Amino acid sequence: MTTSKRIVLKFPKEKIDQPIVYKLIKDYDLSFNILRANIMPDDEGLMVLELTGEDANIKKGLDYLKKQEVNVQPLEKDIVVNWDKCTQCGACVAQCPVGALYIKDRKTMKVEFDPEKCIACELCVLPCPPRAIEVKF
Amino acid sequence: MVKTLNEINEKIKKGQVVVVTKEELLDLIEKQGIEKTAKDVDIVTTATFGPMCSSGAYLNVGHTRPKIKLGGGKATLNGVPVYTGFAAVDVYLGATAMPDDDPRNAVHPGEFKYGGGHVIEELVEGKDVKLEATAYGTDCYPRKELKTWINLKDVNEAVLFNPRNAYQNYNVAVNLSDRTLYTYLGVLKPNLGNANYCSAGQLSPLLNDPFYKTIGVGTKIFLGGGIGYVAWHGTQHNPGGLRGENGVPKRPLGTLAVIGDLKQMSSKWLKGVSFVGYGTTLSVGIGIPIPILSEETLKYAAIKDADIYAAIVDYSDAYPNGKTDVMGEVNYAQLKSGEIDIKGKKVPTSGISSYSKALEIANILKSWIKKGDFTLTEPVAPLPSAESGYKLKPLNERPIK
Repeated sequence: MTTSKRIVLKFPKEKIDQPIVYKLIKDYDLSFNILRANIMPDDEGLMVLELTGEDANIKKGLDYLKKQEVNVQPLEKDIVVNWDKCTQCGACVAQCPVGALYIKDRKTMKVEFDPEKCIACELCVLPCPPRAIEVKF
Repeated sequence: MVKTLNEINEKIKKGQVVVVTKEELLDLIEKQGIEKTAKDVDIVTTATFGPMCSSGAYLNVGHTRPKIKLGGGKATLNGVPVYTGFAAVDVYLGATAMPDDDPRNAVHPGEFKYGGGHVIEELVEGKDVKLEATAYGTDCYPRKELKTWINLKDVNEAVLFNPRNAYQNYNVAVNLSDRTLYTYLGVLKPNLGNANYCSAGQLSPLLNDPFYKTIGVGTKIFLGGGIGYVAWHGTQHNPGGLRGENGVPKRPLGTLAVIGDLKQMSSKWLKGVSFVGYGTTLSVGIGIPIPILSEETLKYAAIKDADIYAAIVDYSDAYPNGKTDVMGEVNYAQLKSGEIDIKGKKVPTSGISSYSKALEIANILKSWIKKGDFTLTEPVAPLPSAESGYKLKPLNERPIK
């Protein structure tokens, strides 16, 4: 069965000049959409991918990545809203390109966050006045 | 039917007062009409919670041994400069002040992570705060340097005094240019990418008393989680500006200067906040009770979001260049729906003021009044009225040659 999975990959310093993710396509018959790619200040490589393919192939592809010493984490865990800091103003809602931050009940005007929809683009982080949105990569 | 404030206060003391939040009032009016509701209800609580830049606190930190004169010297709290143009140990901490080494917009848009508003929040939370100062020394105040931790509970007076709060309506900001704008109304995406508004709308205190008939100097209020008072009209008070039917302002008109004891406030209702590319400031929670003295008072306080209109203003050109052009008007029901129509384009909206926090404040104030802890005050002086001729003026430059 074909599914899509969003993952955050961290490449150790020693691996950043090696081509690794192309094998997901070549050997595991997966396709991917690159949502983010960065070299971090400590020379670690960071990539956020949306992987699409057969369930079994996705599993094999992720095992391959782990064997390459790439740290793999599901994306959902990485953007966190600190609800104690959030003042429920809604400034983030119009910034989120995918509707992961939204107001469901327009009577109470309370802000909600759906981590499943989040693509970790971070466009919400700085516009949040109390800086309640934390990026944990 | 006319009630007096004294009668209502007597009911509060006896535990018999009928007090509702503005939302509950709207439900009652819908069920039973204005006449009956005006008889039944004594007080409606209104509120707002949003960034209010003209805010700050003055402190008397206490005298040292030997004495130091901060007045005329330099001082910082957690690295944020405070105003030292007062006497020896009186300082004023403004919400938008920032450490000297904050890069501001050197690399635009700056993050503006920390400023006066954050220090105020930390003081109210009970945290220790660093006071560092240098002074020029006098015979009576010989000391020239001071570095000490201070805490809100140990200082003498700590008074929140905000020259401009609780704006009576505000603009809706949009961006007609092709680059992102970073403003006090948040991040504005290019080409009408979003529309940001900042008002509690139907909950907003001054919008429920559009002609300032019950709110005036000396009105007792909920301020930052504690008790405060309206001290004066706020800066930029502009009572004669554009109003619609029922006197409801269609532009930013009235403002309030408010004052209160910082020591009995809460960091839940005084929050240091950061506006990327713009600066730091303080979000303030204010709640004001409106006594329903007559059917007329109730008619003013019966306005709904759909009855309150705001101007759509372009912040790429019109606003920064002081042009009065307005792109249209839209009401708060439309804004709160999440999307408005501007010249045929569907534009997503975002609030900067928190409606849900404002509602929480209205409920808290209601509970204080019900408990008998909070009686209403009669203003000792009115705010400048719509007919007074009091007007907001621009600065007409007379360049110095």
